[in-house]
Amino acid sequence: MRLEPRENTPAWMVVSAPVIAILVSLVFSAGLILWAGAPLGGAAVALAKGAFGSVYAVTETLTRATPIMLTGLAAAVAFRARFWNIGAEGQLYCGALAATWLGTGAVVMHPALMIPFLFLIGALGGGLALLLPVVLKSKLKVDEVVTTLLLNFIILLFVGYLLDGPWKDPMSMGWPQAEPIIDEGVLPAASPRYRVHLGLIVALLSAVAVWFTMRYTVWGYEIRAVGHNPEGARFAGISINMTVLRVAMISGGLAGMAGVSEVAGTKGYLTHEFSPGFGYTGIAVAMLANLHPLGVILSALFMAGIFVGADSMGRAMNIPTYIADVMVALAMLCMLVSLMLTQYRLKLR
Amino acid sequence: MLEQLAELVITAGFWAATIRIAAPLIFATLGELICERAGVLNLGIEGIMTFGAMAGWMWVFQGGDLWGGVIFAAFIGAIWGLIHAGFTVHLGLSQHVTGIGLTLFATALSAFIFRVLLPDSTTPPKIEPFQNINIPGLSDLPFFGEALFSHTPMTYLAFVIVPVVIYVLYKTPLGLAMRMAGENPVAIEAQGINVLSIRTGAVMAGSALMSVGGAYLTMSAFDAFYFGMSQGRGWIAVALVIFASWKPGRALFGALLFAGFDAMQVRAQQFSTADIPYQFFLMLPYVLSILAMIVMARWARVPKALLTPFRRGDRV
Repeated sequence: MRLEPRENTPAWMVVSAPVIAILVSLVFSAGLILWAGAPLGGAAVALAKGAFGSVYAVTETLTRATPIMLTGLAAAVAFRARFWNIGAEGQLYCGALAATWLGTGAVVMHPALMIPFLFLIGALGGGLALLLPVVLKSKLKVDEVVTTLLLNFIILLFVGYLLDGPWKDPMSMGWPQAEPIIDEGVLPAASPRYRVHLGLIVALLSAVAVWFTMRYTVWGYEIRAVGHNPEGARFAGISINMTVLRVAMISGGLAGMAGVSEVAGTKGYLTHEFSPGFGYTGIAVAMLANLHPLGVILSALFMAGIFVGADSMGRAMNIPTYIADVMVALAMLCMLVSLMLTQYRLKLR
Repeated sequence: MLEQLAELVITAGFWAATIRIAAPLIFATLGELICERAGVLNLGIEGIMTFGAMAGWMWVFQGGDLWGGVIFAAFIGAIWGLIHAGFTVHLGLSQHVTGIGLTLFATALSAFIFRVLLPDSTTPPKIEPFQNINIPGLSDLPFFGEALFSHTPMTYLAFVIVPVVIYVLYKTPLGLAMRMAGENPVAIEAQGINVLSIRTGAVMAGSALMSVGGAYLTMSAFDAFYFGMSQGRGWIAVALVIFASWKPGRALFGALLFAGFDAMQVRAQQFSTADIPYQFFLMLPYVLSILAMIVMARWARVPKALLTPFRRGDRV
């Protein structure tokens, strides 16, 4: 067996790669669901109904898709430049910290100013969380994978400290949670009955903005160049350190905005468990989208559908809800292989 | 506080704790080191450790014996390694992305399997873990007896593995081939050695060690499995490999040094007066790992072909 590079990849192949990956991952997941003792047909129906079966279900899926769209974009931008930011989880919390710091009464403005302000400082917070790994990478050649991963744990413990001590809401009956975001900063929901909120629009606009930046601007060109061929980019006069710093600020900023969207939209206040791994799921979202910013939108919707659907499937069929995390990771791994097959052909001989 | 720390360091209990904390890190760090020396970064480590912790524990909980559990964990770890190698060595996919993907997959799968097999356990069920074995004669020594010679068999195993890895890596043709696969794969391919097989074998062996490191947590350090058990130990091991400059002897030193700080941190929490919140003590291991990389990154000798997939017939 041998791999042979394709001269060119037909468009239909690129488009069908994620579809095939999803189908293959569903086959594997079906095996696990059968093993858990649930009827396959019933489980599939329960999953689909739970995710998209009613207006409420759709709004829940959209709510869930909002943060992972933003963290997915964060991973997509960084990975394009081969900057391995695995710290979106920590950056998300930093964004939420920043929003909580200034959004619980320290600053009061009209909502039309307050909400953009919160997103801005959240993005700053997320970007700041990446500053240390970037500086260590460019100045001392310390691998960013490990620093961003380890910072996740440090940041989470720091959040725990703040919520246990100085930032603990005195009205929270002893729960470790921060004071709620003031009314001016709360992201308006679609209607009182549904949780989906303005954060979704912000996430969608971010995807378009990132796509535009990557495709049509000099920055985007430099980022892609550094990712493709750092040596060549350097010879062309692109500053690699500067580009990586820019990528990191964009990537961390997007993850920080996911934190703002959760704290000011979905939850209303910060707790130390308020992200069930949105940062890590973002990596899977970005991979399934083949790092394409607009693809991230679809990919995040699919992944969110799995999470929300698996919740109701789990309750109805008595399948552990961890099946959602398994399916998401499987989809990502299948996508890796299916993408490779668009670039190489397998030759048996 | 400094005086109390000084007093602590001369107690045998402190050294015994250091060795206990170091043992899983030794397994994991050596496992990662073997993979990386052969040219493959294995970021599946965190997930493989979590899965090993679940698999070994489950083996014993279902009625198997303890050593059977260790072997089972090693076997399952090797299978994870085979998957990793299939992706990164044979298909040449990104080692970063594959590793993170495998960590997500293995972590989720271990939680799923645990819940399917034990659907309605609220408090984590327990097993009878490995017990301390006093080494006859030596364990009666004052100080050293308690510090070094009264541990579980798995702890001793961790320390036995170190010279074995050093011997294989530096004194056998197999070890030479592994190191060359990570330095200059084209050269050993020219010698008629199959680079892909060597790398696959190294990743499988390394992953087996990581998995045993995870099993240590549920079968020796503790007696139950809970989600998030590994707490980033895998990532710390990746940092320790860099700190050790890819040398197994230094990896042992790094793991012990790290464990010493960790043991100190646990005890310092008890006698620190209320002014330092406990979260800052818990941060120390992660902060230390970053510091260790900062200090050593400059001098570290990275295997030259690390992260570079090998395809037969490619020119370099």
